[in-house]
Amino acid sequence: MGGVHPPENKLTAGIPIQVLPVPTAVVIPVSQHIGVPATVIVNKGDKVKTGQKIAESKGFVSSNIHSSVSGKVNRIDSVIDTSGYKQTAIFIDVDGDEWVETIDRSDEIIVDIRLTSEEIVKRCLESGIVGLGGATFPSHVKLTVPSGKKCDILIINGVECEPYLTSDHRLMMERGEEILIGISILMKALNVNMARIGIENNKLDAIEHMTKLAGGFQGITVHALKVKYPQGAEKQLIKALINREVPSGRLPLDVNCVVHNVGTSFAVYEAVQKNKPLFERVVTITGKSLTNPGNYLVRTGTPISKLIEAAGGLPEDTGKIICGGPMMGKAISNPDVPVVKGTSGIVLLPRDESVRAEVNPCIRCAKCVSVCALNLEPYLLMTLSERGMFEKAEHERITDCMECGSCSYTCPAGRPLLDYIRLGKSTVIKIARERVVKQKVS
Amino acid sequence: MSSIVLITIISLSLLALFSAIILYFVARKFKVFEDPRIDEVQNVLPAANCGGCGFAGCRNFAEALVRAENFEDLNCPVGGAGVMGQAAKILGKVAPVADPLVAVLLCNGTPEFRPNTSNYDGAPDCRIINTLYGGETDCSFGCLGKGDCVRACKFSAMYMDLNTGLPVISDDKCIACGACVKACPRNIIELRKKAKKDRKIYVACSNCDKGGPARRACKVACIACSKCFKVCEFDAITIENNLAYIDATKCTFCRKCVAECPTNSIIELNFPPRKPKVEAQGVTTVTTPDV
Repeated sequence: MGGVHPPENKLTAGIPIQVLPVPTAVVIPVSQHIGVPATVIVNKGDKVKTGQKIAESKGFVSSNIHSSVSGKVNRIDSVIDTSGYKQTAIFIDVDGDEWVETIDRSDEIIVDIRLTSEEIVKRCLESGIVGLGGATFPSHVKLTVPSGKKCDILIINGVECEPYLTSDHRLMMERGEEILIGISILMKALNVNMARIGIENNKLDAIEHMTKLAGGFQGITVHALKVKYPQGAEKQLIKALINREVPSGRLPLDVNCVVHNVGTSFAVYEAVQKNKPLFERVVTITGKSLTNPGNYLVRTGTPISKLIEAAGGLPEDTGKIICGGPMMGKAISNPDVPVVKGTSGIVLLPRDESVRAEVNPCIRCAKCVSVCALNLEPYLLMTLSERGMFEKAEHERITDCMECGSCSYTCPAGRPLLDYIRLGKSTVIKIARERVVKQKVS
Repeated sequence: MSSIVLITIISLSLLALFSAIILYFVARKFKVFEDPRIDEVQNVLPAANCGGCGFAGCRNFAEALVRAENFEDLNCPVGGAGVMGQAAKILGKVAPVADPLVAVLLCNGTPEFRPNTSNYDGAPDCRIINTLYGGETDCSFGCLGKGDCVRACKFSAMYMDLNTGLPVISDDKCIACGACVKACPRNIIELRKKAKKDRKIYVACSNCDKGGPARRACKVACIACSKCFKVCEFDAITIENNLAYIDATKCTFCRKCVAECPTNSIIELNFPPRKPKVEAQGVTTVTTPDV
């Protein structure tokens, strides 16, 4: 079913995770997740400690934000973040590195899970855990199974199908045991006794390592998957691992499963066993011209420029700085934007690789149709959006598109398919929302 | 042989007569009354079908005119007072005198004033940039420069100026149908009251940021310093969301605010050049950009 095979370019697969020194100042946006932005609960001039809650979740689909450093709140101002939009952020000047006392900073691995499933969900909410695969959906929402639905299997995403990125790969190699305990915690929270980890075939060492470790845990199995983009997309992964198909417009819970990322599992382990909120993550900094690419453990709010500095400085020939993977990531206009919870990698593309092909008329080759993982017709969706025929686009299931970019990648005519599909998708979602509001009013 | 022809003619004639009678009664029974005035009114409308009146087309608008009690909310921007007067005459009503309007771009962010800080290479469509990020410059309110408004204009009243990267509106061609206003994802095109000799004074800025960031993004941004507000004697200027706005219905074109504006974000157009005496008094000179 669809998919493309971009060059893997996993340059940093063999480089161990290094800890990036704490910067002198951080900028922490209050919206690092999907849903309602958190409300700031600190004031200018306040002293904060590492791991202290500085913004509180507002509503169910929202998440807490914690300080990643200790120091003084400089100001609360708007900043352009990795999404390219302005949003409120907390500026903190770093002073030492004093952690909140309740966080267990020892290296000891705690296997016993003492919390009950309700307590685990509460801890995830409290610790600001969000999906670290890139979508940053608040994890406590996914762990709360609504009444009338049931979950019988947990799926763990260790695919990392994006080219260049290796943060999940390294995490599995170095923190495999913690990840597996995290998975056990998630299993307990969801009350399931089976979990499957999917890993792409290009990470044989990770598959071997995780299979060996998983032997010591009940109900967890590791499965090797074909190398294909987008293998790590939720619906594709479910189909590949347990052969269930999520219907159009539905969620994995509708086929009785829940998908979490390996990075999230590790964060859950730290939150539940070590009482450590989510304020740092592994980020891959990579690019063909970089002198020193690598995987770094980075505090959220660190400017991306600091990360580039650590990797050997911005190469001369950089054409684009991409936040995320080269397929789904977004180019940033300013290297000073902060690392957020969803930043899985920074890719520096050389100038000659970052230019778009000349746009030519559609030649009806249907390559976009054959690579679409969701069986859509990208050429048609593009035309419909371009001409403003949003009703028809909705009928053609434009909202199913997960924006993987395979269509634009494969198009021999260089057509900006995804650009227009994204526009159409956002417009259709807006129209649908307005319709719901109208129905409620009448 | 002749009898066959005769029989054919007679039988076919009878059949035709029979059908005609049925059709006559059916037509009587199901007759839909249509006001003949709709056709009359439609004939005086410009047949541009631009949608500027808010209806799907001229026919639709004609129906609305015939149905309407009065013409208060109805206006054909293309035809203007002349066409509305004719329509009113047919329908025996009085058309209120609507002010003629013209589209105005509330942004003057040329590359000289508002340098690009990033480079967008995706599909040339303002709507896409607007859903993607803040735009190629640091101003997240101003013109995106990909010409959605120009493509929407059905009267060739707009074109993109390649030097400034901004759309230009020809006052004599613009009929204020509002298509560009709807097409602009940033809502920076306004329909303003037309004045004598196409004279205009307006704040050519839409930046709602505070003074500092606005000025850093663009040299001619409105910084909401309220100098224009203080100098205006006619209450025509309001300041809201860090942005000054001049009400075209109250403005008397005294041009005091233009001279007062420290960032030159207030633009005066189609005025004769100022007398040199004014300059001698130390008032900032303001050049009139050519359009």
